[in-house]
Amino acid sequence: MIRPFGWNEFLIIVMAAQWTIALSAIAFAGGGIGGLLIALARVSDVRPLRLAALGFIRVFQGTPLLMQLFLVFFGMNIFGLAINPWIAATIALTLHASAFLGEIWRGCIEAVPSGQREAATALGLKYYNRMRYIVLPQAARIAVAPTVGFLVQLIKGTSLAAIIGFTELTRQGQIINNATFSPFMVFGTVAVLYFILCWPLSLLARRMELKFSRATQR
Amino acid sequence: MADTHAHTSKADVRGASGPAVTMEGVNKWYAEFHALKDINLSVDRGERIVICGPSGSGKSTLIRCINQLEMIQKGRIVVDDHDLTAGGKNVDIVRQETGMVFQSFNLFPHMTVLENCTLAPMKVRGISKAEAEGTAMQFLERVRIPEQAEKYPAQLSGGQQQRVAIARALCMNPKIMLFDEPTSALDPEMVKEVLDTMIDLANEGMTMLCVTHEMGFARQVADRVIFMDRGEIVEVGAPEDFFNNPQHERTRNFLGQIS
Repeated sequence: MIRPFGWNEFLIIVMAAQWTIALSAIAFAGGGIGGLLIALARVSDVRPLRLAALGFIRVFQGTPLLMQLFLVFFGMNIFGLAINPWIAATIALTLHASAFLGEIWRGCIEAVPSGQREAATALGLKYYNRMRYIVLPQAARIAVAPTVGFLVQLIKGTSLAAIIGFTELTRQGQIINNATFSPFMVFGTVAVLYFILCWPLSLLARRMELKFSRATQR
Repeated sequence: MADTHAHTSKADVRGASGPAVTMEGVNKWYAEFHALKDINLSVDRGERIVICGPSGSGKSTLIRCINQLEMIQKGRIVVDDHDLTAGGKNVDIVRQETGMVFQSFNLFPHMTVLENCTLAPMKVRGISKAEAEGTAMQFLERVRIPEQAEKYPAQLSGGQQQRVAIARALCMNPKIMLFDEPTSALDPEMVKEVLDTMIDLANEGMTMLCVTHEMGFARQVADRVIFMDRGEIVEVGAPEDFFNNPQHERTRNFLGQIS
């Protein structure tokens, strides 16, 4: 029952890329919100908030993404929720992205000179306006390149969701390989598709880095 | 919001009751370092004070306590009848009523000169963009750089940036202006344009506390000169007494070194 690796099999793999893109997009969007909260907590004046955010970051930076996926996936079962690879992968990757983006953005916020915050404070601007109009816009310029860089890591990281049974690019590749036994063709195709997703983003990150380094020299 | 704007008018400054700034037994520590030791100071409305002293003497810390950029651990500070030690809303009010000019300008680099000047009036006082821009242009004209309004800070010289910083502070209609070594980061040829702007301001009756080593400025505009050393106010006097007849050894040494 071995079937050859043909056009049809190729298209099935290509189509699976949409789930990789969807999972990456959701995790990135969720991680963007979570990361902003984590970053703000990390630079907060409130000590317990700072420590909580630090603990969160340390846990997620200090454990493999695969273990995070396992823990969420099997943890949901323990807490009586139905095992659902979609939900588990989304939660785990969102938490993972929140921790990493939070740490990246903390650095960007701290890179804004303290005089900026002081000048804003001296003008009577309160926390929300200081962050919204003075600190975050300046931090964002520094953050663009490393953030796009992390997005590339995240897209590649979604491949681990294959192991908990989430059918994205890698998992679809495994399924096709089980039917065709052409591992080199199959996983070569999978790898090329990841590359097509990631490479333009890497170029974009490089471009933005140059653009903003020039802008800040202005 | 209209009333917050109205009550900052000049007439009101004169009419209010207590002194502009009162400091009583103020002490501040950075960990083990005793930065301010039992500071007692009262500044009248409309008074111009120059604070000088060697680096690390606490003079910047002193004026930064007035708008609570630094917290004190002991003592009492009252600014424009608002007790800062009571905390809460008073700190917000005092920050709105005091303008500050920094050694390193601290203009917002991602905003044009005009936006630098209009942000706080719009967001803190809640006035309209059109009104804020009108006020900003007025003050930019007063510091003689209206033609730079659409430029970004990095396109200006240091002296121009510092004048923008003064205009930005004035746009909030402050009752008190704090200057923290405003000319120390400037090239020598730009010091005068900034000092001239400050002299204009002094002549208009603004209450000013200036940390500066510009002794010519001190002689010309100061009502009182304060000398600080090691976190203490060592000597306070009118400029002519202070410069011609300093009472303390430490003051004499300091004046000897800088002249």
